[in-house]
Amino acid sequence: MKQLPPLLLVIAALMFMRAPFLIDAVRYESTMGLVQKIFYFHVPAAITTFTSVFVCGIASVIYLVRRTRTADHVAVAAAELAVLFGAIVLVTGPLWARKAWGVWWTWGDARLVMTFVMWMVFVAYLLLRRFGGPGSEVLAAVAGIFGTVLVPFVYWSVNYWRTVHPQTTVIKTLPPDMSYVLSWCIYTFLVLYAALLMIRTRLEAGRATLDDAFLALED
Amino acid sequence: MTSVLRAAWLIARKDLRVEARNREIAYTTLFFAMACVLVFAFAFVVEGQPLADAAAGILWVAVTFSGTLALGRAFERERQSETLRALLLAPVERAAVYLGKLFSLLVLMIGVETITVPVIGVLFGAPLWRAPWLLASLVAAGTIGFAGVGTLFAAMLVRAQSRDVLLPVLLYPIVVPVIIAGVRGTAAIFAAEPDFAVAQSWLAMLIFFDAVFVTLALWVFGPVMSE
Repeated sequence: MKQLPPLLLVIAALMFMRAPFLIDAVRYESTMGLVQKIFYFHVPAAITTFTSVFVCGIASVIYLVRRTRTADHVAVAAAELAVLFGAIVLVTGPLWARKAWGVWWTWGDARLVMTFVMWMVFVAYLLLRRFGGPGSEVLAAVAGIFGTVLVPFVYWSVNYWRTVHPQTTVIKTLPPDMSYVLSWCIYTFLVLYAALLMIRTRLEAGRATLDDAFLALED
Repeated sequence: MTSVLRAAWLIARKDLRVEARNREIAYTTLFFAMACVLVFAFAFVVEGQPLADAAAGILWVAVTFSGTLALGRAFERERQSETLRALLLAPVERAAVYLGKLFSLLVLMIGVETITVPVIGVLFGAPLWRAPWLLASLVAAGTIGFAGVGTLFAAMLVRAQSRDVLLPVLLYPIVVPVIIAGVRGTAAIFAAEPDFAVAQSWLAMLIFFDAVFVTLALWVFGPVMSE
């Protein structure tokens, strides 16, 4: 079990090495050309972000109900990774949008706005843990749960609002060679995510043990 | 169930009585809302004419900002005199404390809104009488969503450090659906060509949001406020 995170890191590294070659070799999308290739990192990062949001939400529920500390450690790790991968989504998105839509950002699109909102929720989660003082992990759990429940509202507003963002159904209609590269990148990101989540959770557990030892020494 | 509601009513009545004696929150939030309107008037009025949808936007900014102030003050009062602990020690369900606080805040916020909304209507030439019930329902449903999430977070943060900053930082992203639905719904009513069907679907979304998040808040309030 202890060797699993390093092993996953090595697998992720190998997969990441192959990814640029795959992305380079796959055909150009007919209307957007080169800039469309950012999609192979943008979509996996978005999927990883939302996976992380759900992991944080579930861990927060478990922590709130059972008060198991491991659940809290997983929740912190997942929240940090949601912010990290969310940042990748929010940087790669505008890079593509500048070329495809002519603007860096548009407030008229629900999915952009809501990704930004989700990202803000989890930044607030981290701020709460950092500056909330003692007992803030319980409060953070509530923020994690509320943030996760917000996601369906995200998807509802996508369908209700007129949107310029490519629909998620585009993924099902991709030609096989393009969808192979996309899946490769999605699995790469998810393997990396799993490794980082385990390492960060272990770090948090170590930190808690250290805190306990310090408190025991003080008493 | 009735005992919970009865306890909640008693707590709300206690809060409203404290407020009725000094009227601190009512006066300060009302004039804070007016100050917001003043600030935004300079931003959103061009050559004497308000921009399209400005009235709807300013209305919801005023509601949100003054609501945050009311939330902060309502719980600061409990903290200063250490009465929140007494409330939580009372032999009633935790949910009753949440509901009581929520109810008194709603009375306050809606009271303030009955003055700010008409003032904004007059100052920005918004057609308030076009669909008064729909507008009132949107404002009420939006306020319930905002106060429902806000009461929980303000109560949680009472013992946290830097609570004044953390409340809006946490609250605003989570109530974004309320703001969007409120502004879009109100703008649909105020528009030159009003679209009541759109306003009604935003109202439905607000009611759904209220149901989900108030239920969730009721469920987590007990475990969170237990220590």
